[in-house]
Amino acid sequence: MPEITRDEVAHLATLARIDLDDAELDHLAPQLSVILESVASISGVAGDDVPPTSHALPLTNVFRDDVVVPGLTPEQALSGAPRAEQQRFAVPRILGDEQ
Amino acid sequence: MATALVDFDTVLATYDPALGLEVHVELNTATKMFCGCPAVFGGEPNSQVCPTCLGLPGAMPVVNGKAVESAIRIGLALNCSIAEWCRFARKNYFYPDMPKNFQTSQYDEPIAFDGWMDVDVDGETFRVEIERAHMEEDTGKSLHVGGATGRIHGADYSLVDYNRAGIPLIEIVTRPIVGAGEKAPLVARAYVQQLRDLILALGVSEARMDQGNLRADVNLSLSPKGSGVLGTRTETKNVNSFRSVERAVRFEMQRHAAVLDQGGSILQETRHWHEDTGRTTSGREKSDAEDYRYFPEPDLVPVAPSREWVEELRGTLPENPTTKRARLQGDWGFTDLEMRDVVAAGALLPIEQTVAAGAPPQAARKWWVAELARRANDAGVELAEVGVTPEQVAAVQALVDAGTINDKLARQVFDGLQAGEGTPGEIVAARGLAVVSDDGALGAAVDKAIEANPDVAQKIRDGKHAAAGALIGAVMKEMRGQADAGRVRELVLEKLA
Repeated sequence: MPEITRDEVAHLATLARIDLDDAELDHLAPQLSVILESVASISGVAGDDVPPTSHALPLTNVFRDDVVVPGLTPEQALSGAPRAEQQRFAVPRILGDEQ
Repeated sequence: MATALVDFDTVLATYDPALGLEVHVELNTATKMFCGCPAVFGGEPNSQVCPTCLGLPGAMPVVNGKAVESAIRIGLALNCSIAEWCRFARKNYFYPDMPKNFQTSQYDEPIAFDGWMDVDVDGETFRVEIERAHMEEDTGKSLHVGGATGRIHGADYSLVDYNRAGIPLIEIVTRPIVGAGEKAPLVARAYVQQLRDLILALGVSEARMDQGNLRADVNLSLSPKGSGVLGTRTETKNVNSFRSVERAVRFEMQRHAAVLDQGGSILQETRHWHEDTGRTTSGREKSDAEDYRYFPEPDLVPVAPSREWVEELRGTLPENPTTKRARLQGDWGFTDLEMRDVVAAGALLPIEQTVAAGAPPQAARKWWVAELARRANDAGVELAEVGVTPEQVAAVQALVDAGTINDKLARQVFDGLQAGEGTPGEIVAARGLAVVSDDGALGAAVDKAIEANPDVAQKIRDGKHAAAGALIGAVMKEMRGQADAGRVRELVLEKLA
């Protein structure tokens, strides 16, 4: 039976840059466990002859020709950016103080 | 914190090095891995982007078939098995060099795996085992603003250009290379060098290290001599020349030994290579693989190359490098020692191209190994970046063969070529380098040399023709090396007959 611990949820929250306090972790960790258990019930239905699937489409080898297709102009590309400078996307400081 | 280093020979007395190399090759496809944006070097910032490579909502990637073909050809050339079925995976991380917050890569299902490449070092062959070669996409380029110049540490903010984001990359990973001992730095260098030759022969990448088309990460660990247990490794990122690969391995061996000798332990981390100081410094601590939360990419269907396709591509492979070296050595009539020097200098391909451009093999060897390799080394650049092309070397040799210049003047032509003064013919004209074989000018110089060296002249009159060398030398000096030595000898002997 899959179970996700409170520590695992805290770790995943850190990786996903989601700030969860203790009360939220206490609340969410058991809920996630229930969700995983519900999804896991599928493995009880699938027999050994059913391989795990990652894609809904029964397709392979969908390739594109190596031909240039017009894209966006720099102006279009940057039009949704909160900040731009020197025709580049301006992003907040990457490394925090602890790094 | 600068750690004192342990002397290289002392390292080897106590430890065995284990090497691992990860090489990223940027493919020379016309378009990116998952979209139709141009995959070319150096456009205006953010001028080669589209919703897919910018990770905009709703945009869907489609695999570039040509990139898959190149990946399979690289895998086959490295004697790998080609996956019958494999998937792409998302490598999740927060870093703005990928606007999607993940890099599309391959995880546990690489397109190519279990191969090998034989690497020649000083006439000894090391078999480097290839663990895998997988497909992924390159990242954008960041400029860091504020703080120390250009460093990410202390920067206030960063500026990102996504032109490079999504360019197809093949990452080639070796298994740990053990048993190289003192030759570990040379094996690392030779592996990258020969891998580059192979990539160029396949024609799948420009493979220029100075432009980042081919980038090497060097893993190194030490284990107590004879223990056979792998130690903790460090990964030195983006070591961007053959020479730096060798130096980085040597430095990390010496640094690891210093830490271990003092009872310390090596931190598993990435390190940055500094070309100027020849040292590495600590980067971020390496995340555990699961922190990337890899999972199969749902937007791309699996790649399942048919065996017919794989065999068809096998038929397009260039000659196996080991066979090719043996064939070229035979064709060119080089001795084992000469060939060893050629390989060590990384001059195999330039010589091949120079011979193809019409130069005799021994002349091509002489210029590349004795002259240009030295110049490249002095300048701290790779042979390919020395500023002289194989076609130019062939043209210089043609001028020598025609008697227009001699070897000494040829060196001045190379000076001119490196300085960008034009073609070899133009440089000879502009610098006035042509050999003088006109009897009037030569005769006057010969007369002067005879007058200045009466004793030598008498010896020649007495029949000691070997003494003529002293007079020829005097004439050459007088004419600043531009005299036709053969004609001078004839004139000396005629005048003193």
